Formats: sequence, structure tokens, C-alpha cells
Amino acid sequence: MSQQAVNGVPSRGKVLTVDNMNPNVKRVEYAVRGPIVQRAVQIEKELREGVKKPFTEVIKANIGDAHAMGQKPITFLRQVLALCAYPELMEDNKFPEDAKKRAQRILDACGGHSIGAYSASQGIECVRQDVARYIEKRDGGIPSNPDSIYLSTGASDAIVTMLKLLVCGEGHDRTGVMISIPQYPLYSAALADLGAVQISYYLDEDKCWSLDVAELRRALNAARQHCNPRVLCIINPGNPTGQVQSRQCIEDVIKFAKEEHLFLMADEVYQDNVYAEGCKFHSFKKVLFEMGPEYSSTVEMASFHSTSKCYMGECGFRGGYMEVINMDPEVKAQLIKLVSVRLCPPVPGQALLDLVVNPPQPDEPSYTTFMKERTAVLAALAEKAKLTEEIFNTVPGITCNPVQGAMYTFPRITLPQKAIDKAKEQGQVPDMYYCMRLLEEEGICLVPGSGFGQREGTFHFRMTILPPTEKLKVVLQKIRDFHLRFTQEFS
Amino acid sequence: MNHGTALLWKRRALSSLSATRRGLPKEKMTENGVMSRAKVLTIDTINPTVKKVEYAVRGPIVQRAVELERELSQGMKKPFAEVIKANIGDAHAMGQQPITFFRQVLALCSYPELLSDNTFPEDAKSRACRILQSCGGHSMGSYSASQGIDSVRKDVARYIERRDGGVPCDPDDIYLTTGASDGIVTMLKLLVSGEGATRTGVMISIPQYPLYSAALAELGAVQINYYLNEDKCWSMDIPELQRALDEAREYCNPRALCIINPGNPTGQVQSRECIEDVIRFAAKERLFLMADEVYQDNVYADGCQFHSFKKVLFEMGPEYSETVELASFHSTSKCYMGECGFRGGYMEIINMDNEVKAQLTKLVSVRLCPPVPGQALMDLVVNPPQPGEPSYDSFIKERTATLSALAEKAKLTEQVLNTVQGISCNPVQGAMYSFPRITIPEKAVKEATEQGQQPDMFYCMKMLEETGICLVPGSGFGQKDGTYHFRMTILPPTDKLKILLDKVKEFHQKFTQQYS
Repeated sequence: MSQQAVNGVPSRGKVLTVDNMNPNVKRVEYAVRGPIVQRAVQIEKELREGVKKPFTEVIKANIGDAHAMGQKPITFLRQVLALCAYPELMEDNKFPEDAKKRAQRILDACGGHSIGAYSASQGIECVRQDVARYIEKRDGGIPSNPDSIYLSTGASDAIVTMLKLLVCGEGHDRTGVMISIPQYPLYSAALADLGAVQISYYLDEDKCWSLDVAELRRALNAARQHCNPRVLCIINPGNPTGQVQSRQCIEDVIKFAKEEHLFLMADEVYQDNVYAEGCKFHSFKKVLFEMGPEYSSTVEMASFHSTSKCYMGECGFRGGYMEVINMDPEVKAQLIKLVSVRLCPPVPGQALLDLVVNPPQPDEPSYTTFMKERTAVLAALAEKAKLTEEIFNTVPGITCNPVQGAMYTFPRITLPQKAIDKAKEQGQVPDMYYCMRLLEEEGICLVPGSGFGQREGTFHFRMTILPPTEKLKVVLQKIRDFHLRFTQEFS
Repeated sequence: MNHGTALLWKRRALSSLSATRRGLPKEKMTENGVMSRAKVLTIDTINPTVKKVEYAVRGPIVQRAVELERELSQGMKKPFAEVIKANIGDAHAMGQQPITFFRQVLALCSYPELLSDNTFPEDAKSRACRILQSCGGHSMGSYSASQGIDSVRKDVARYIERRDGGVPCDPDDIYLTTGASDGIVTMLKLLVSGEGATRTGVMISIPQYPLYSAALAELGAVQINYYLNEDKCWSMDIPELQRALDEAREYCNPRALCIINPGNPTGQVQSRECIEDVIRFAAKERLFLMADEVYQDNVYADGCQFHSFKKVLFEMGPEYSETVELASFHSTSKCYMGECGFRGGYMEIINMDNEVKAQLTKLVSVRLCPPVPGQALMDLVVNPPQPGEPSYDSFIKERTATLSALAEKAKLTEQVLNTVQGISCNPVQGAMYSFPRITIPEKAVKEATEQGQQPDMFYCMKMLEETGICLVPGSGFGQKDGTYHFRMTILPPTDKLKILLDKVKEFHQKFTQQYS
């Protein structure tokens, strides 16, 4: 179809349009950086241009980015990275010996002793060995084979790669993947992109977002009617919900996966972010092996970790790994082949991961400072988790489950019917309408619960607990005030 | 009975069925008497398109090379003392030194305490501060915007404008990526749609860099091969493009045309006229143009010059510059930087539909952002030391040394290989590789075929086992039927390269003799 362009030069329809592009891509949504964040960025721009607003800054409490909210990097980690980037600094006596030693070991494992060389596609070998040792230490001695470790560009990369391997079949045989509702929307996005079937299982909000095997069974049986369920994904500690699953629950999930012949994907990127008393991180691998060979030699599993969370918060480095358990050797060969096409994960991120799994030891010069910094970060997060839960629970119309772990709160909000109606009039999901209003009136950017999934008729938002404590108190206060105002306005 | 009750009955009935009836694999008895089942994920139940993916640059021959290295390190005796990995375009691995200025800035960005250290020049410090200021919390550890750090995209746009003699570049058209590979795969993903006869077809050169064939296999797109002309120094030929396209139209929907310039593996630098012809062809045939220009600084031969597709497009006037849809790709892995490990890159999108752009922006947001150290590095590449700045002289010195060493090695390689009977090597006009044609005796072809191996794989495997030199057979990149090639990088240091070339020569003569 021919159309006239503005300057009179005739033009035809484009080669690549929304109608002929990859249809799967159109189905992809990622709320954490979706429309509300785009609006937040716009508002920031307006503020810079001097437009008057009811607030002086936009607070981006939408994304689990600790450094952006003022958290400081761990000194030791950055010292080693600087030494790796510019080895001339080995002469500089500002750097402690243990940092230099780590840097030299990493450089010796790089081609041409440079972090600018491609690494092996599975990741630098000695880093994978260090990761395996870390896992063994963490899991009380259960063996980890470095060959089962794949370094990745953040955990997201490995998660997408595994899902890609798992998706096959057509129509009723199409692979179905079980994901929690609420979930971290990388999963729903990846499933949409791959054209896989999303099988939603609901976490129990009344029981602090715990996982219920009966609910897993319900979801699975319903799904068997229209697809071929093959995978079960679980995020522990949870995102956005923050629950830390009990050991019993993890055992039950493993039993369920074995019974129902499902590949288990355990997203454990928040494994150091555990705050609530009585809660403890139990790695899926550890529990699996403690259940004996009937399970440990049969259940196929991949677990994921990252340098973006925990006490490091090094999101920008895109470091991560996955450990694969009981994977068929032919499939492993395919996996290695697949990751080779992208050459290798970023080497600075691999170096960083090496330090995370191989941190300063008690007899080393940097140990005291390292422990001090690590403890301070985790203690601050624990304090903010508690503060957030407390304050939100004082607001009529907001109920907040304990933030047992991770970096977020996912409180339930009561929206007046009039507000729900108004939202629908505007073609907006009600909690998006609520969050947009909050953004425009207070400059606080959250992500509506609809971006993560929630039970019909319920509304939530996800807010990070990352701003510095004093700022967080102000943010919580503002949200409280907004909520009361909003409720009043639509009463 | 109502529908709801019927459904309930059906579900109950299903859940009481045995595992086998529900479609789960049967249990079976293994040798040791233990009941076991087939795995959930097997070679038969894996994603079928993944099985079709091949990537020769890190394929079987490289796996064997790594094995040999291991054997050597364990003290096994071999006819060689080391394995030389001339299979991959990794300059640092072959001893090329990083550019001092870049690494200084990256160190400052990693550990800003160094800003008070007077061993660092002022221009490095000011670049580092500028980068850190545009990072969340002034830290490289923050996620950046998904499209890439704003100020870096602005610098990239300015670089492109300078490079292209003032042709305007909009920072909003720039997407930073995790290496160029990331941008290429993302664009291909956007482009692929349809089914059967309407399935998207993508034109790629033969020979090509096998990221393209791998991505197309994975996406289930149709690969449309157009042959470069070996007799004319691997130049592109419009009648050949037309032939390939017309044939492909019978069974798919051709929508994209990919070109690598300077070429990989072939090293040719396309003439300006050729680039114009390709643009005209793309316009006429309604193809989305993908211009892989990662080797844009790697131009060696006299009379050759890099012409960016964007520049040529705009110089062809609005009839083309306002209509042809183009994506061009660049990277921090090649040129004079060779910083492969940082995974830095960008793509510039020209004339993309706005709605599609919004989809692209949404798609890249799922992976959050490209690695920030790579973005910082890209910023330095497009915004290097200027005359008058403290680091300028050493920067230019290092850059020039690296590029002239490559030029020297390009020429050396062509010369030496052309002295070998049975090897003929086109001039290495640019990039980092030679892709000589080798004559393989009929007896060797036969033995290879008997062993189920491609003849040039057979040849390269033998070379690896006998000399420790790891190359990639031409079959990994594509070549005209009945011809054989290998790709070898020109990256080893000159002295080592000379030895390498002599060993290749020696091997070829021996091999030819052995199978005569």
C-alpha cells in the first residue's frame, strides 16, 4: 500500500511492522520495567527541565537495584576488579595482599592473562571450580561437580537458556511450565517468547505466601488437559513475595516433582537475603541429597544464583551461574553447544562471582572489613524488612505479610469499588491506576501486583525495601498518606 | 449433567489413572535391578531447534584442542609443545595488549577510591567521573536503563556522526548490547514470523560467521544462502543476490538481508559501489538490511576503505535514506581494542517503525541491561583521548601499533600461504582472518567420507593432532560445493605467526603427499 510521506517522497508500508513481526514478542510483558517505569523516567526528565511537581525527586522503588538506592559496593570485591582491569595496580601498595592474590589467580586463568579475552563458553574453569567448592561448603559437604556449573550473564540468562532447552511439542503436547502466582515476570516473559504454556500455581497469601502441594496438584491436573507439563519453577526466597520456604515444603516439592516427572528449576538468587527469625535458607540441592538416592540420583534440577542480590548488589556486572543436577549427558552436550554461540558470559561478572564464592577468609587481611560491610548491608536490609511490614500494617486497607527474605514487600491493598470502576473506565487495571496516581502525586514508583500475577479480585503492589532507612521511613509515610487520601477520595 | 460436573468427573477420572496412562514414561528395570524411568529432559524431548544449532568456531575441533591442551598439561608427549588456538578472533588471548587508557578508566570506575591516586592521568579520571555520574548511585553495580546508559548512547551517536561525515544520528536509535551478537539475535528474533511458505527467510552470505546460521536455526527461520565470489576477492554480486532471492521466494517469505563488512571469515572490504548496489537491492526487494560492521577499524589493504552502510544510505538521498530499514552493529571485541571478554556492543536502528521500536525496547527490558563495564568501555571507544589530552599520544601510539601489526600479519599470511602448492589465499583486506582455499586429494576426500567427516574437518583434525594448530574448517562457515577452506586468525604475534604459517605449509605438503 503506497502512502505519501510528509515531504512528498512516496513511501510504502515498512518491511517490519507490528503486524508481521514475531507474534511471540508481542505477547511478552515485563512489568518491572514496564509502562509505569517509563512514566517515572519521563517525570524525572520533566523535573530536570524545571517542571513543577508535588515532589522534588522520583523514588524508583520498582526494581531490586541496591546500588541505585545508595547501597555501597563491598570494598574487597571492587579492589580485585580494579586490579584485574588494570594489573599495573599490582605495584600499588594501597591494595591488600589477598586482593592482589585473587586478582592474579583470576588473570592467570584468562587467555593472555587479560579479562579482555573470551573465556570458555561454560565459564572460566577455576571460577567454576570455586563455585563448586562454595556449593559444597554451603550444603554441608554434598559434592558439586564443576562440570555441572555453567556461568551465565546474570541468573536471567541461565533461566532463559534452560527454558529454551525444555520447550518442545505442538498443540496438546506443547511443554507446560509451572510458575508461582505471584512470580517474577522474567518467567512469564520467557514463556511467552518461547511460546510455551504457562501453568499458574497460587501461593497462599493467608499462610505467608507458602507453597501448597495440593495447589500444585490442582494446577498440574488442570494443565494436563491442554499441554504437556514438564517443568516446575520455584523462587526461594520468593520474588515478589519474600517468603522463605520451610524445609518440609521443599521436600514436598521435590517429592511432587519426582512423582509427576517434572524438571525442577530453583531460583535461589536471594539465598543470603533471609531476615525473619525462624526462617532459614535450605538449598534445593541439599534437601534433594538428604532425601537419599531415590531422589538425589533421579530428580532433574537446575538451581540459579546471581551477583545482583544478596549483600553484593552488583546488578550491572551481570554475573551468575546455574548448577545442573542429573542432566542427561546428551542434553548437557546440547547445552554446551547452545551457550557456545554467544561465546561467553562477561568476564568481569565471572571474576566478581569468583570473589563472591571465594571471599576473604578469617586469616586474610581483608576479612574484618569484608565481614563488617557484609553484616552491615544484611542487617540494614533486615531492619528495613521489619520496618516496612510494621508500617504498612498500621494502614487501614493495607495488609503486609512478613518480609521473610529477598528485597521486596508485596502488600495487599483494598481498593474502593469506585476506584476500580474509574480504573476500568480508563482501560486500566485497578492496581496500575492506583500506582500511577501514587507516582504522579508523590513521585514514588512501585510496580502494580498485576505485573506479577495475583488472585482474581485482589490487588497488590511490589515495593523494594532498598532505599536508605531514613528515606524508606519517608516513603512509607507518603504511601500511607496517599492510601488514606485515595480511599477517602473514592469512598 | 451440567458442564461443570462433567468436567469435575473427568478430572477425577484422570487423576486416578496410572502414571503411564497420564502420559508419563514407563518405569523400567535397569541392570542392577533398580527401577528407573527415562529422564524428563532427553535428546528426544529437548527443543528440536536447539538440536539444529551448530557453531563451528567453538565446535568439535575446538573441544578436541582443549582436550589436547589438558593432555599436554598432564605431561603426555605430543609432536608439539603447545596448542595454538587460531580458531577464534580473540586478540588478547593471542598476546595483544589492552589499550592502557581504557583499562585505567575501567579501574577507576570499578574502584573510585583510585580517583585520588596520582598515577592516573586527568583525562582518565574525568571520563570515569562522567561515566559514574550517569550510573545509579554512581556505581557500575547498578542496572542501567535497558537501552543502555543515556550519556553513552549520546556519545555513540556523536561518534557515528563524526565517522559518517556529519550524517545525523539520534541517540534514541542506539541500543547498547551484550556484544554485537546480542543485538543481531534480538533483531532476527523480531523479524521472524509466519509459517510454512510464509515463514521469514533471511539472506546470509556464504561463507558467513556462523552466529547467523545458528540464530536462524534456533529461531526456526529459513536460511537463504547467497554466495560471495571467491574469484573476485569474495565480492558481493547483485545477480547472485537476485538468484538466491528469487529461488527462496518459492518456499519462504524473504524479509532480511545480512551482510558482514569487513567480512568474516573472508576479510573482504566491500567497495562503496557494492554497498550502494546492495542498498538499492534491499529497497527494491523490500528487505530489512542488517549490516554487521564490527571490523570497521580493521582495514589493511591499499585501495580499501570502510564505508558505513548508514553513510552510503544517506548519501543516496531521501528516496533511500527515508525508507530503507537498516540495523548496523558494532562491538568492543575487535578493531584495535580486542576486548572480547567485556561483551560490549551497540546497534543503530534506521527507519524502524515506531511501534516495532516500542516492542524492541520492551523486549530488551526483560534482560534488564547489558553489562555496565562493557557499556563503559564502549563509551571510551567512541570517545577516546583527543589531541591536547594527556593520554592522547600513548593512546594513538598503542592503537597504531596494534592496527599496523595486524596489517603486516594480514599481508604476511596471504604471501606465505600463496607460496604453498594447493593453497590459494585471497588478500586479507580487513577483519582478522584468512580463509584460504585448499586442494584436498581425492584419496583424502574418500577417507574422510568413509569416516563420516567433512573433508576439510578431516584435514583440520589431522593438522591439530600433528602440529597442535587449531583452525576451523570451511564447512563451519559454508562454501561452494566441492571446495574446501579453513579459517585461521592472523592474531598470533608476528614471530609466532611466521612459525605457524610454516607449519601449516609443511603440514599441507605432507598431507598432499600422504594422500597422493
